[in-house]
Amino acid sequence: MNKTASWFWFIAAGVAVFIIGGLHMAVIHLDGIAGIFNPAGGSSLAWENVSGRNGSLVFAVSYVILLGAALYHGLYGLYNIVSELGISEKANGLLKKALLAAGVALFTVGAYAAFAARFITVS
Amino acid sequence: MKRQDVQERIISVYIHRFDPTSDKKPRAVLYELAVEQGMTVLDGLHRIKETQDPTLAFRFSCRMGVCGSCAMLINGKPMLACNTQILDVTDKALTVAPLPNFRVVRDLVPDLAPLFKKHVQVNPYIVRTDGHEMESPSGEFIQTPEELIKYLQFTYCIKCGACVAACPTAATDENYLGPMALAQAYRYIVDSRDDGFHSRKSVVGADKAVFNCHYAGECSAVCPKGVDPARAIQFMKRELVRDYLLMRRHTAPLKARALNDKSKEKKTPLPVPPYTVDR
Amino acid sequence: MTDNKTSGNRLGVKGWFAGGRWGMERYIYAIHRLTGLGLLLFLTIHIFESSMRIYGAPVWERTMAFLDHPLFAAGEFLIIIGFAFHAINGLRLVFLELGFGVGKAIEPVYPYRTSVQVQRPLAIAVMILSALLIAAGGIDLFFIRP
Repeated sequence: MNKTASWFWFIAAGVAVFIIGGLHMAVIHLDGIAGIFNPAGGSSLAWENVSGRNGSLVFAVSYVILLGAALYHGLYGLYNIVSELGISEKANGLLKKALLAAGVALFTVGAYAAFAARFITVS
Repeated sequence: MKRQDVQERIISVYIHRFDPTSDKKPRAVLYELAVEQGMTVLDGLHRIKETQDPTLAFRFSCRMGVCGSCAMLINGKPMLACNTQILDVTDKALTVAPLPNFRVVRDLVPDLAPLFKKHVQVNPYIVRTDGHEMESPSGEFIQTPEELIKYLQFTYCIKCGACVAACPTAATDENYLGPMALAQAYRYIVDSRDDGFHSRKSVVGADKAVFNCHYAGECSAVCPKGVDPARAIQFMKRELVRDYLLMRRHTAPLKARALNDKSKEKKTPLPVPPYTVDR
Repeated sequence: MTDNKTSGNRLGVKGWFAGGRWGMERYIYAIHRLTGLGLLLFLTIHIFESSMRIYGAPVWERTMAFLDHPLFAAGEFLIIIGFAFHAINGLRLVFLELGFGVGKAIEPVYPYRTSVQVQRPLAIAVMILSALLIAAGGIDLFFIRP
């Protein structure tokens, strides 16, 4: 992927995080004020609310999209910051590979949890 | 202005000196300087060199903000020494240091060679495919004022390096292309006579180039000529993204238009302007 | 001229955060970086912490009880601050970096009005909007949360 493409997707991922992550923050952190998507009411982190959201396919899919977008956006940003420290080209290449590996690993964990939680709640 | 109106006051001038034969790091040296109204930083440096320390080194040429030789860090901001009056900056203490983000050759002289090398990388000239027309022109390129204004601002660059000294990315990354070169690349890309977008794309759209600008905006704030490199760089990102999304329309570069027949023009001489003084 | 006989004089990371007497955009740039790094750190922790829900209600409730501590509440508030600022300022950067809101190229006439001045209202709006969001998040976290 050339730099223009990777940067464009970095921006697109940022916009996705802005929308989905903004909603996520509103659900969790403005529960007292907005109180959305909390079927049982009360704290957004109460098990009834968490499992209620887990059961919804829309939430599971949105979590996975948010996870991927946030990871790409964050790790690309980290790559930019570290590479701008003026590290050598070899270190730059290693950094790219390390961040890619970290991203894939974290995505796997998070995406597995999003879908596994669905079945646990349903059963 | 009457003679007695001229304010003269003594200020402390801290100059960062660096002698490559003996110093490892620049050191600040204090000079006392009698400043009068209208005295520029460059005038002050000359006065100090003439009356106090002949070994002081600084680079200058035109003394009028055109050549771009005398950019330095004046009280923490990159400015042209010849374009900055001391009393506009301070009435107590003045600190003059070499431009940061460049190697120091001696005292206030930065090594601008990397800046010029990066400038060359972006092909800072009109790129066209019709070589024959370039060698033996059949006419002239006529641009509308709208086409001119798109790049005019960016042509005022004097390559003084103030923008690079102010850029946070350049503060850590010496391979970053820098605001000057990037603005110059855009200056040519947006020129209606130019056909070099794709040849420059590989340089400005690569690593350590346009996408390592994060709009700290400082290059535009310090530019002594109002070139606004930050604006050019953001426009360039848009061009590159439009190109990536296949939304960039390729417009053929301007064609040369035949020159008017000069022999006909001569037959109707211009009217003589009216006399402005009584004879 | 040999390299070892000249002084490097690069500002280094100090140039990112303490450049000197700069405009507000440069400080916003620095805060954007810091909040971004903070949010990334949180994201990695958050992925593991929130994955606890796959082990069912008891584990989840134990995790939440562990996190129910003033120190974590303070950390949560930092995340709200970071997210609000990074999101609102990020939106501004998306516009600017795609060439919107920086004004058209003009003939520069002294005193110059640069793109930085053109977008300044946006930068101020970012500050106000993120302050409002931070206040809302803080009120929810410390006063309303059940």
